[in-house]
Amino acid sequence: MTQIEIQNIIIEEILNIAPDIEEDEIELNENIQRSLEIDSFDFLNMLVALKERIGVEVPEADYAKVDTVENMSGYFMERL
Amino acid sequence: MESAILMEWHVQVGDVVKKGQVIGEVETSKGVIEIEVFENGVITELLVEEESDCAVGTPLAIISNESATQEEVIQEKPQKEEAPIEPTPPQSVVQEEQPKPPKVEEPKEVSTIKPSDRIQISPAAKKRVQELGIDIATLAKEDGSPIQLQDIPTTKDNVEKPTKQEQVTSKEKPKDPMRNAIAKAMSLSNREIPHYYLNTTINVTPALKFLEELNAQRDISKRILPATLLIRACVKALQAVPQLNGFWVENEHQISPTINPGVAIALRKKGLITPALLDAGSLSLDETMEQFGDLIKRARGGKLKGSELSQQTITISNLGDLGVDEVYGVIYPPQVAVIGLGRISDAPWVIGDGLTVRKVLKATIAGDHRATDGRTGALFLDKLDKLLQNPKELL
Repeated sequence: MTQIEIQNIIIEEILNIAPDIEEDEIELNENIQRSLEIDSFDFLNMLVALKERIGVEVPEADYAKVDTVENMSGYFMERL
Repeated sequence: MESAILMEWHVQVGDVVKKGQVIGEVETSKGVIEIEVFENGVITELLVEEESDCAVGTPLAIISNESATQEEVIQEKPQKEEAPIEPTPPQSVVQEEQPKPPKVEEPKEVSTIKPSDRIQISPAAKKRVQELGIDIATLAKEDGSPIQLQDIPTTKDNVEKPTKQEQVTSKEKPKDPMRNAIAKAMSLSNREIPHYYLNTTINVTPALKFLEELNAQRDISKRILPATLLIRACVKALQAVPQLNGFWVENEHQISPTINPGVAIALRKKGLITPALLDAGSLSLDETMEQFGDLIKRARGGKLKGSELSQQTITISNLGDLGVDEVYGVIYPPQVAVIGLGRISDAPWVIGDGLTVRKVLKATIAGDHRATDGRTGALFLDKLDKLLQNPKELL
């Protein structure tokens, strides 16, 4: 998997969790939760779905490292 | 909320229904709400057709008790804007927005009454009626009270087809019903409730450590969120300080025996809703997480139960996910308090005579000063703080 592919999976899962968000609203370098109003409950569900698809589990202690789409895809890339 | 649309019946005449069963759905300014039954019995009559718009407080269906012959009218509980919420619903009741049966009368029948006979009408109304060329008899009220200007439709078209929706259709529908409902409740709150505000800074490092250790042993899908632990802590603190959990109704403070916190859930572009986590006092931490998750899903999917939208006993507003430091809440009448939770952030913290860094949270309470004093709010915040220092008590 390339980082671009991972990035696309992350975007897909954001859209799954929050169907009311338009794809062009997602900024790769913005805080996912705050810029898109994804609450901690949605965020957890998103990580659960991403673990299924990518196979990497994010421990709570690492939440700060997966705050943006770009950081998150980089985080997954390093741990594949 | 003044009216709603009965979308769908889930039952038919002759069906046996049980307490808690969902028998239909109504669409309101707060989204789609499921109508529950509060008694066991048999549906003997459905008084409202699907997709009809109806005013709040009128009968929807009749249920008879299997044992008794006595029939009971199902009505949905009055919504909180109109009336005090009772912790337990009035007997046999699913009261909902419906025109009263007499309103369904055929227009022909009504117009047999001679205007000169007994219909009273205000001068302004009379002028409007003459301008529009409407037959006064079609406007006659069943209770015989005088016809006022506001009773007259703005155009003649509206009166030509008087149906059971008459009362509602003559009113202009608000553009955004949810916004309208919030606007009404908040205006009432600010006008009538003397709020007091208190805030306390809580060291949540022990609580987060506790969660981290708990979650480390669990699958990611079973993790407990800090937001859930905070709800659980608030509920436990309310058990210790029950005065904040209840209502101010007719100049009286009523403490609710059950704790149904309305938890603020952002619907993103569709606003914010605060459905009740019903009987949260009886839920363990895991159950709280499960129920809260279910509530969020259903709130966003638009499938909440009527009781969840009408039986809140206090509100918990957690805006921490949005990066807010502190929340100064506006009480949702007739509730008497709102708990505000801000974000968890790193902050300097003094321990003994040393300075260190801890995760901290600013918790606030807005209380109705008619019902309680600042002392009560202070006791609550103190209890909340103590519980979060000993998170094992929250399991």
